[in-house]
Amino acid sequence: MAALPLEVRNLRTTLFTRRGEMKAVDGLSLTVGAGETVAIVGESGCGKSLSALSIMRLLPDPPARIVGGEVKLNGRDIVALREEDMLDIRGKEIGMIFQDPISSLNPVATVEKQIVEVLMTHTDLGRGQARVRAHELLELVGMPDAARRLDAYPHQLSGGMCQRVVIAMAIACSPSVLIADEPTTALDVTVQAQVLALLKKLQADAGMAMIFITHDLGVVAETADRVVVMYAGRKVEEASVDDLFENPLHPYTVGLIGATPIPGAERAERLADIPGMVPPLNALPEGCAFAPRCTRVMDRCLAEKPDLTVPGPGRLVACFAAEGA
Amino acid sequence: MAGELASPTPALRGSARRTAALRLLRRRLIQAVPLMLGVVVINFCLIQMAPGSFLELMTAENQVSDPATVALLRKTYGLEDPVWMQLLKYIWALLHFDFGFSYRQNMPVIQAIWIHLPATILLMVSSITLAVSVGVAAGVVASMKVRTFWDSLVSVGAMFFYAAPSFWLGIMLIVLFSVKLGWLPVGGMMKIGGSGGALDILHHLILPTLALGLFYAAIYTRVMRSSMLEVAQADFVRTARAKGLSRNKVTIHHVLRNALLPVVTILGVQMGTVLAGSVVIESVFSWPGVGSLLFDSVSSRNYPVVLGIMVLGSLVVIAANIAVDLIYMWLDPRIEIR
Repeated sequence: MAALPLEVRNLRTTLFTRRGEMKAVDGLSLTVGAGETVAIVGESGCGKSLSALSIMRLLPDPPARIVGGEVKLNGRDIVALREEDMLDIRGKEIGMIFQDPISSLNPVATVEKQIVEVLMTHTDLGRGQARVRAHELLELVGMPDAARRLDAYPHQLSGGMCQRVVIAMAIACSPSVLIADEPTTALDVTVQAQVLALLKKLQADAGMAMIFITHDLGVVAETADRVVVMYAGRKVEEASVDDLFENPLHPYTVGLIGATPIPGAERAERLADIPGMVPPLNALPEGCAFAPRCTRVMDRCLAEKPDLTVPGPGRLVACFAAEGA
Repeated sequence: MAGELASPTPALRGSARRTAALRLLRRRLIQAVPLMLGVVVINFCLIQMAPGSFLELMTAENQVSDPATVALLRKTYGLEDPVWMQLLKYIWALLHFDFGFSYRQNMPVIQAIWIHLPATILLMVSSITLAVSVGVAAGVVASMKVRTFWDSLVSVGAMFFYAAPSFWLGIMLIVLFSVKLGWLPVGGMMKIGGSGGALDILHHLILPTLALGLFYAAIYTRVMRSSMLEVAQADFVRTARAKGLSRNKVTIHHVLRNALLPVVTILGVQMGTVLAGSVVIESVFSWPGVGSLLFDSVSSRNYPVVLGIMVLGSLVVIAANIAVDLIYMWLDPRIEIR
């Protein structure tokens, strides 16, 4: 069997700060198959983005460093690779799309220059060929009036157009894995839908494995095949997107779904919220990190951390209450 | 597409940017007219407030005491008119490039300044070139080696040259390189009796350039270092790294150009102080520039020359600022004409 595009096993990333070590990503495991989309969801500060940056090996160091685990890209562990070797992987085997498209582009370089740059770094194309290819890529990502936009600077484009440019750069070298870190959060709702549709189409055409990081469960339902729910640096639940929405097991997942407005639903009750906040990473409770906010908390939850268990085929959950149920 | 049609503006192509640059140039030139008028009026009034008149010194030096001769001189130099009339006459003359007459050099003021101008321009250009190139390079090195020995070395060096007064630095450079080591000349612009070959002038230019330029190099080093570190945190730098670019490539292609913008801004503001600083340095090194001329003219109450230098100096500063605006526009495509 061919190796999966992305296999993350027991990844641990720690922030070394003056106030102590914080386990920002604590034993994350996930796999993404070709053509599959895995969503990572959770509130701000739960370790989603640092997980993505760990996979890219783009952590801000200091303070963040990978302290254990493996990240296998097409069967090859990249955690221990030297920085020079990572240069050949970033942008070529893994592409990444970021949250704020306008600030993700260099304000003093033209669109063409920024796309040509990634092509000339990873392919043998000459400058002229790279320019032609950049134009093709812009058309591929549905940039209106692509030929004219090549000469534009980012400030002359809308947020949606900038995100199309970022996507064009990310897929320019046909990577096998694409990481999208909240790619639609900063965009208008109408543009969000277009960008999601574009990502889905590009992924289907190229058979890319995609990690989709978001806190928006509406986006998850639309794009993901499987969902990983993170809380305080740990995976607390994993399920197919249908299972997760039909029968969420972890109380945190239940809370997240309850806090999502459903269009067309009866306006019977007000949206549920999850009381309290994500605990700071340097002050995690001894037991389950979610226990202080949990509606089904038991004595056991305060004393020991629940491990991931398998409640059914293709599902994982880390919760004593869900086990007992 | 509705959301995307909201803000697209046509891309500024090369020719469009040139047109924009010309528009900026025209606007700045028009703005310069009232500015220059203000400069002339204020400086004229300042000179009027200065004690004594050059006539007193002139008559004393030449032992003229005959009231008839003094009266004739007063009439010749237009000192009989009321002050406002003198001002109007001065402005009228300026419009014809007539800056008055310098009795000391026995030539028109404009000619006296013209003779000294190349030396000052040379010193200013070489000092600013030194300051920008050394400052940018040192700032980039310090930011790439942040919190290492090299960073500290650059910071201490910058602090030293920032704190050292330029006249003191000039004298110390003379003591070290001219008196002790004998490598470089003590002062002047060329060998006595020399014909002023390029090499000879360069040889004389080194010390004054260092004395004037290192202070500004220190400022640019510190600005560049912090600017580089700030830009390095930007989202687009992370995007560039996600493309697989090496750290050096990211620094040169993405961080550097964005980090240069504050340096250019400061450069524009400091043009005037560089000119002022050259007065001190020219005196220390006997550099035969406008600064030396100004110093002599102030000492000898040669007010027409002082006023002429102030007016022309303002003109140089305004021109330099326009140049800086154009450079800024070239560096940052976001700058549109306002």
